[in-house]
Amino acid sequence: MTAAITSQALTKRFRGGQVAVDAIDLDVPRGAVYGFLGPNGSGKTTTIRMLLGLVRPTGGTHTLLGAPMPHGGSQVLPAVGALVEGPAFHPYLSGRDNLLRLDAADRTVGGDGARRRVDHALERVGLAAAATKRYRSYSLGMRQRLGLAGALLRPRELLVLDEPTNGLDPQGTREVRSLVRELGASGATVFVSSHLLSEIEQVCDHVGVMSHGRLVFQGTMTGLREAANPRVRVETSRPDLAATVLRDAGTGAPQVGRTSVVAELSRPGEPPVATELLTERLVAAGVPVRQLVIEGAALEDLFVGLTGEGFDVDQ
Amino acid sequence: MSTSELQTTRTGTDVGAEPDRDTRPSGAAALARLVRSELRLVLLRRRNVAMLAVLACGPLLIGIAVRVAGQSSGGPAFLGQITENGLFLVFTSLTVALPLFLPLTIAVVSGESVAGEASTGTLRNLLVVPVGRTRLLVVKLVSVLVFGLVATLVVWASAVVVGLALFPRGDMLLLSGTSVGLAEGFWRALLVALYVAAMLAGLGAIGVFVSTLTEVPMGAMAATAVLTILTQIVGTVPQVRVVWPYLFTNPWFAYGDLLRTPVAGHAMLVGLLTQALYVAVFGSLAWARLSSKDVSS
Repeated sequence: MTAAITSQALTKRFRGGQVAVDAIDLDVPRGAVYGFLGPNGSGKTTTIRMLLGLVRPTGGTHTLLGAPMPHGGSQVLPAVGALVEGPAFHPYLSGRDNLLRLDAADRTVGGDGARRRVDHALERVGLAAAATKRYRSYSLGMRQRLGLAGALLRPRELLVLDEPTNGLDPQGTREVRSLVRELGASGATVFVSSHLLSEIEQVCDHVGVMSHGRLVFQGTMTGLREAANPRVRVETSRPDLAATVLRDAGTGAPQVGRTSVVAELSRPGEPPVATELLTERLVAAGVPVRQLVIEGAALEDLFVGLTGEGFDVDQ
Repeated sequence: MSTSELQTTRTGTDVGAEPDRDTRPSGAAALARLVRSELRLVLLRRRNVAMLAVLACGPLLIGIAVRVAGQSSGGPAFLGQITENGLFLVFTSLTVALPLFLPLTIAVVSGESVAGEASTGTLRNLLVVPVGRTRLLVVKLVSVLVFGLVATLVVWASAVVVGLALFPRGDMLLLSGTSVGLAEGFWRALLVALYVAAMLAGLGAIGVFVSTLTEVPMGAMAATAVLTILTQIVGTVPQVRVVWPYLFTNPWFAYGDLLRTPVAGHAMLVGLLTQALYVAVFGSLAWARLSSKDVSS
């Protein structure tokens, strides 16, 4: 079975010379819930625009549901639901009329079922009661829901959701999360972008991490967690002895330095060793411990490590 | 979208919405549906309805003024004849509306066409549906042309009603000196309106092209409106007489020929061809622009 999304060296260089997306090789398997993670300005939205054929890549190729883009767009895009960079609708039309307009633009369905499709999508996102209200009077959360309804107008094989929880309150965020899970469980491929690791961590089985236009990590969520395996560093004058103690306690293979030992806290497939236990054993074995540090303890740290730290927007 | 709601709507193969029972319509039927959607958007928009209402007031104002002040010499074409036959109000009104009022409404609607969708961000939604860029452009052009027709017919209808209500309804003395009955006068007035509507086509295509260049609808509207006025000015400067035949405004007022017996059709035929040429050229430019445009709004 072909992948849902692939790209080879996909690149977008803007006219000013700035490289927004730098030769990324995406591989989104069918049926995956793929988290596309990166800080604001790291090139996520530009990538999504290229994937959907809105923006022309300056280099590289990509496919969507097996069809080469952008030429295959008219053929595969009806099977793709998308929410790109937040919701956008005509302010003076009602939510329902806005969706009816999107439905009318689709040449693969007839007008007979339009009302049924639209009302079903509105119900799906909990907007049925506000269907006749003008979009102008919608709250940010309702607008986001309408955007999701647009993506869900028809059964889709692939959903591309760009920051779908933006502007939603905690309750709305939870609802979107369960919607994404549900879509994934029903067999659709979901490609969801976010700048929040916690969002991705909870719903995705695959993940790609963007930083400064580059794809710095891609793999399964488990793979990312493994990459984030915390390590213990023991500063001591007896590194050889400390290494033996660590190995016996059940850590990964220790690397012995001149005045320190470093080892992963867990072996593959096993839970990490408790730090208290290590301290106790080291002392009991007579190792003179100068310092004991746990490094890279959380995914969050790994994420920051992968994407760079700080409040500055990526250039 | 509460969690319980989600669970109840969930079925085994249900991916995005309910299962697709719809059969694929023919290309023509799908295009007609999109055109209807677009026309509803354009014709029901409050601002556009207001513009049409203002256009309808024009004949009323002229009619009342002539009725109150009586016959006069000078003023816009056919003004003097209104007191003899109310249908002349149609010709006067269209002659007054054509240089500025009708082009302004076309500039607004055509300038809005693509730039408006870009500025609200709805352009990206439509393209991802996917609407097809060529298809979208065709629909936008059609809706602008239809709006031009509607706007002209609004002036025509208002002038017919006001003219027949306030002024004599007898035979009509044509420019060639012959008289025709009221029914024929009515049809000739309608033909004039249709010709005027066709004369707005070239401008509409220019407006749609300008609209593909920007994400600011106001800019596209202003540029199109200014272009109309500039072109009319160029059309009055004798030193550049050589370019006159190529201006889209040049054949605008050839409809006077419809008020002669026999009707001299040559100038109007040239007018229709000029508009067709402008639509072809600027439609192609708009297509070239839109089909290669990066949609980043």
